[in-house]
Amino acid sequence: MAKMNMIAALNSALDLQLQRDPNVVIFGEDVGYFGGVFRVTAGLQEAHGAHRVFDSPLAEGGIAAVAFGMGINGLRPVMEIQFADYIFPAYDQIVNEMAKLRHRSGGEFWTPVTIRTPAGGGIRGGHHHSQSPEAQFTHTPGLKVVYCSNPYNAKGLLTSAIECNDPVVFFEPKRCYRGPFYGDPHKVPTWNSHPDGEVPEEYYSIPLEQARVVKEGGACTVIAWGTMVHVAEEGIRQSGIDAELIDLQTLLPWDRDTVVESVRKTGRCVIVHEAPKTSGFGAEMSASIQERCFWHLEAPIERVTGWDTPFPHTTEWDYLPSPGRIAEAIVRTQEA
Amino acid sequence: MPERLTATEAPYTIGIPPFRPGEEADFGEGFVEQPGDLNRPEVNCSAQDTATHAVGLIRVLDDEHVAHGEWNPNLDEETLLKGLEHMMRLRIFDDRMMKMQRTGLLSFYMRSFGEEAIAIAQTMALEEQDWLFPSYRQPGAQFVRGRDMVSMICHCIGNTEDNVRGRQMPVHYTWKEGRFISISSPVGTQFPQAVGVAMASAYRGLDEACITWLGDGTSAQGDFHYAVNFASTFKPPVILNVVNNQWAISTHANLATGGRTFAERGLAYDIPSFRVDGNDFLALYAVTKWARDRAGAGLGPTFIEVYTYRAGAHSSSDDPIAYRPQDEFKHWPGGDPIERLKGHLIGRGLWDEDKHTALTERIDAEVMAAYKEACTFGDLANGPYPPASTIFTEVYEEVPWHVQEQREELGK
Repeated sequence: MAKMNMIAALNSALDLQLQRDPNVVIFGEDVGYFGGVFRVTAGLQEAHGAHRVFDSPLAEGGIAAVAFGMGINGLRPVMEIQFADYIFPAYDQIVNEMAKLRHRSGGEFWTPVTIRTPAGGGIRGGHHHSQSPEAQFTHTPGLKVVYCSNPYNAKGLLTSAIECNDPVVFFEPKRCYRGPFYGDPHKVPTWNSHPDGEVPEEYYSIPLEQARVVKEGGACTVIAWGTMVHVAEEGIRQSGIDAELIDLQTLLPWDRDTVVESVRKTGRCVIVHEAPKTSGFGAEMSASIQERCFWHLEAPIERVTGWDTPFPHTTEWDYLPSPGRIAEAIVRTQEA
Repeated sequence: MPERLTATEAPYTIGIPPFRPGEEADFGEGFVEQPGDLNRPEVNCSAQDTATHAVGLIRVLDDEHVAHGEWNPNLDEETLLKGLEHMMRLRIFDDRMMKMQRTGLLSFYMRSFGEEAIAIAQTMALEEQDWLFPSYRQPGAQFVRGRDMVSMICHCIGNTEDNVRGRQMPVHYTWKEGRFISISSPVGTQFPQAVGVAMASAYRGLDEACITWLGDGTSAQGDFHYAVNFASTFKPPVILNVVNNQWAISTHANLATGGRTFAERGLAYDIPSFRVDGNDFLALYAVTKWARDRAGAGLGPTFIEVYTYRAGAHSSSDDPIAYRPQDEFKHWPGGDPIERLKGHLIGRGLWDEDKHTALTERIDAEVMAAYKEACTFGDLANGPYPPASTIFTEVYEEVPWHVQEQREELGK
């Protein structure tokens, strides 16, 4: 075991996959010599060669298309989109091409691309360095969508994503790269003192499609992913209510069994995400949960989300779900 | 190089095609450019060494179908006859499929009429292990690689023997055995994907090239520019073709760009760039062979503008009478690619009208037999179609729980 922040853990996953599989290549904007704007690929070009870890021209659509082609022809590309906000020029290549290739070709072709992309707010990034566009990919059959939340699951999930023979969109909560975020921008803890900052140096993987029960509880089920896992943890603490916290980890396909089991136990549910409420992934979960848990529910399912507006710059703390808003929602579920 | 016509009324410029319905199509007596005008540079030349080739027109067959010049590939009799047969097969196949569509037996169809030489000559110039990443107007490449016509027709019908299980519209072929990569409807996506395929070949140290095609209209897409720039940057063994057939449905090439030739774009990316007569089998073969030799020598990409004319409608859903003169193709100076190669072979004493008629009849019978056999696996009106369970398979490597649940909900 070693102390790692999320950047080091992701770097370790990439390093080990480059060692284990000669067909893994990594490319994207600034990922080569410089090691990425968030340093996730630091040192990898030096260790594995410029033909395996390299800088690409600044064209997200081109990066995705080239990764698609490499994947057809025996490679296992791990491409980086520097910020999730910049993924949209690649949207056609991801949604119409990668996601549909296996199906449209009768299984004759497929492309095992991993798309790494930092997402989410809390870094004063304004509306084009802060968005969390997971729902724009969970609506696409053929993709897998993963959202890590801490160093330990970042490494394990990224390892599985790279080994997956389906295209995977892998969201990294950039606010949590160097430490967990509990909703107070003035407190900047590191991963040093967090149990999930203990990361094995050797290879391991965490299966996709499995949620993680962060904290058990009996009074309410709180579901979150990415940065919101930690904000929700603080929200539960502030509510004073014995709530269960689930980190979804994989959004497509999601671990419905774990969620349903928890909600049937607690009878109450709060879903938290950074992305706007309307058509957010919380809507899908809420609908699915009521289908399965209707007779167990004691209160309406609550959603605490970003607002249905562009993501702001200086007022982002009023945009992101706060521990206070989450606590209030948990309390409301108890009063119903 | 033809003049780009525009209407120049304020406030901005709108391109116009040379002729509209009701006007007489007159492209002049023939191409100004003649075989022998342009030299055949060494394959290790610089992009600038092809500057004249990007604005000129590489031809081998002259107006009398005689081969001339440095670009003459000097193909043997067997190769030439094979090329002619593939082109004839494609045209007869297309005509049969179009009849099927018109009688309700196919949902849709796209012919390669007038452009038969392109994929056929170019694929013949490649090695068997090379990857083909086509648009929808290069199905002829499959004949070169020996695909069974029954299998192709089954795909177009979408019946039980369709290898893509009724999931794609007709003409969207996939054929991994022939290294013919799955065709996608959104135009141009294959162009940068082909660069990735070629980069993987280079990475793995394989003697492979990847050839890809898109149209003059599609060259406006971002994907076009991604491809050429990535190819220029990483220099993988890729052959990038813009098939300039003048028409993107109703949008003439004069409305698609303010540039002069499409080939000139390649020069800006420091890629050797050629403009070739797309109805000249020999010129196409020679230029593609040059590109393959360059790729095989590790010298990177080649950019080719294939100058041709879309003789037919865009698709079975299109009627060009609404936007261009009905007889425009008859006046096209590039002529008919099949007639030109046929004329060349007859001129060399390798072919005659009787043989041509006999071959036409043989292919026609083969196509009819293939069509009948394909229909035994299901027709569009009555099926049988692939089982409905194929809706749910091959979405992922393994069927996930939510997809499985929906399959059970359908109950098939």
